[in-house]
Amino acid sequence: MSAATVVFALLFYAATLLGAAGLAWRIRDYARTPAPLKIPTTPAPTTTGGVVLRMLREVALFESLFKANLWIWLFGWMFHVALALVLARHLRYFTEPVWFWVVWVQPFGLYAGLAMVGGLAALWARRFLVERIRYISTPSDHMMLALLLGIGVSGLSMKFMSHTDIVAVKAFALGLIFFDWQPLPAHPGLFVHLFLVIVLIAIFPYSKLLHAPGLFFSPGRNQADNPREQRHLAAWAAKLEKAKV
Amino acid sequence: MAAAEITAPPLKPYPVIPILEVGAMANSKPYVANAAMQQALGFPGELVEGWHDKAIAKLGDLLQNYRGLKVYLDACVHCGACTDKCHYFLGTGDPKNMPVARQDLLRKVYRRYFTWAGKWFPKLVGAEDLSKEVLDDWYSYFNQCSECRRCSVFCPYGIDTAEITMAAKEIMDSIGLGSKYTNEIIGKVHKVGNNLGLPGPALLDTLQSLEEDLKEETGLDIRLPLDEKGAAVMLITPSADFFAEPHVYSLMGYAKVFHAAGIPWTLSTHASEAGNFGLFIGNYGQMQKIAMRVREAALDLGARRLVVGECGHAWRVAYSFWNTLIGPFDFLDPDYPLPQHICELTYDLIQRGALTFDKSANDRYVVTFHDSCNVARASRMGGLPGGQFEIPRAIVRAVANKFVEMNPEAIREKTFCCGGGGGLLSDELLDLRVKGALPRMEALQAVVDTDGVNFMATICAICKAQFSKVLPYYKFNMSMVGGVHQLVSNAIRLGPK
Ligand code: SF4
Ligand code: SF4
Repeated sequence: MSAATVVFALLFYAATLLGAAGLAWRIRDYARTPAPLKIPTTPAPTTTGGVVLRMLREVALFESLFKANLWIWLFGWMFHVALALVLARHLRYFTEPVWFWVVWVQPFGLYAGLAMVGGLAALWARRFLVERIRYISTPSDHMMLALLLGIGVSGLSMKFMSHTDIVAVKAFALGLIFFDWQPLPAHPGLFVHLFLVIVLIAIFPYSKLLHAPGLFFSPGRNQADNPREQRHLAAWAAKLEKAKV
Repeated sequence: MAAAEITAPPLKPYPVIPILEVGAMANSKPYVANAAMQQALGFPGELVEGWHDKAIAKLGDLLQNYRGLKVYLDACVHCGACTDKCHYFLGTGDPKNMPVARQDLLRKVYRRYFTWAGKWFPKLVGAEDLSKEVLDDWYSYFNQCSECRRCSVFCPYGIDTAEITMAAKEIMDSIGLGSKYTNEIIGKVHKVGNNLGLPGPALLDTLQSLEEDLKEETGLDIRLPLDEKGAAVMLITPSADFFAEPHVYSLMGYAKVFHAAGIPWTLSTHASEAGNFGLFIGNYGQMQKIAMRVREAALDLGARRLVVGECGHAWRVAYSFWNTLIGPFDFLDPDYPLPQHICELTYDLIQRGALTFDKSANDRYVVTFHDSCNVARASRMGGLPGGQFEIPRAIVRAVANKFVEMNPEAIREKTFCCGGGGGLLSDELLDLRVKGALPRMEALQAVVDTDGVNFMATICAICKAQFSKVLPYYKFNMSMVGGVHQLVSNAIRLGPK
């Protein structure tokens, strides 16, 4: 077994632990922090069912962003949908036998890879070209885009330029899952790709990638507009009330 | 100090996103509250020793208690969708008035002290120590946010800059740095019962003279009752309605509606203010204490219904928060919405055919409607989402023949703030207020040009006061603004049918 195999295997485990633990801690923290007042951005749905629909529209269609700015919406949505397809395509490395819909999604996943890189490049260009966005951009905003772009480009390079031994990669991936390590093919493109993915997984909960779980906890979007119909009382507010009586 | 120059930007036929002017509004800030005003609210009298540590501790405290704040500080991806959505940015070009940049003033401190990345790699993630300069920026720019929530409509995560502004103001109050305008007013409410500091006898006097005016105008005994026990409805309205113009015309409108419908009603001295500036400074306790006067007065007077007059942020507090802050309302009549907006009440009466109008009384007006931010984006009227847009418009259409909408990008949920909300309606901020009104003035100019609009109806005391003041800077007549119930008052037919 090569050193690279061991290093990558260990890094994958470490990153997954770091990422999963951090994410769980963040989500737990969000869930436990009270929202004392009803503050949905109105007009808002008045029922829980309506809220679920509103969230679905936000998650799947980026409804608010669509209202805000068509260019950001176009590039942002393109990137995210493409990313989802690419991830779906990658499931073939982790499933045996490969699920039927993963097989079905394969060709789309490939175009999606290109769309993803295109979307990212456009989003990055805005950070240089639009004065307002340039003003608010921090180095980490650039680095995050560089990271994602690096992942996309290195991935595509293995499809279009220098192939790697895909069967061995799959064996490596399955080996990780079942704690039965298999050798990782030595391939520079693959190493770059995997390393960047590992970084991404590790920093997910410690960076602005938190916007993904954040959306679900945003009171502006996830609260039903029913304050008159239902009395809303957070725990600490209730305590305050008891103390007064 | 020399009076700051107040300049209105030129009106353009199409809204244009301004070029950044760094630091353009750095010197705009409200007067600082003095020790007596601060202490009356239980805040330190002046900037305390060790303010830095206390501010960070307070931020930590707020993060524990407000999920919204925590999520909003974490979730922003700097996508920039909100950057051109704030009227203060559009009017001033100061980049720190872009919603995300305003948030970042607090976010960079949050990152520095509360996140792993900010502790170890501050430069990388834009984290920064809380220095005196940062605090100065807070005081300037969090007092250039009217908490209008327009940015939150467009943010893909619903990040509400208003919540962040409120948190920042709460932190600043807790270390002794409060705004004179808001905090002095809150003190008056605690002491006297209303923002204007109008004591009971003066209020009674005013109402009696208004009754005389109504008698003269209509020949009828239309009442403006005060502190009458056993009246079914207790009306809580912004105190500006009692004698500021054009507010008072709407008050007369409410009185006529109650009169025509035969609903016994009363005002209360104890709760002679619908406004609740506790909201603006983000202080739960202050907001609750102010609102509690309503509960006390309703119990004392034996009222069965609560109806709220024309005021935007007051309606937000009443609609969204009263049930939480001063509920449950089990002592009131469950057959009515609790609380109910005066527009809901009037609309309901119109639907039932209980009111008759002579629409031609408003024929001298071509009317448009300005949605007030807190009504539009932080509350509702009626049973359906969006009722807050439809109901006031339906009333206007029922009482006036000529009604025109402004640019769809500037009304309803996308409405622009008048420029004076959020506790910024004070004279030393006039330059900011004039500039912040720009997007609304552009939308208004367009319908003035195309349709000859000469009346902009609205249902907010702050909007009315703000527009009366800034309209002339844009060469409009100040009496172009008025209340929805002002139009109702003009057209309603009273007496035997
Ligand atoms: S809440 Fe309104 S005033 Fe404040 S930043 Fe957002 S758009 Fe601007
Ligand atoms: S729209 Fe939301 S996520 Fe985007 S920059 Fe503004 S606050 Fe941040």
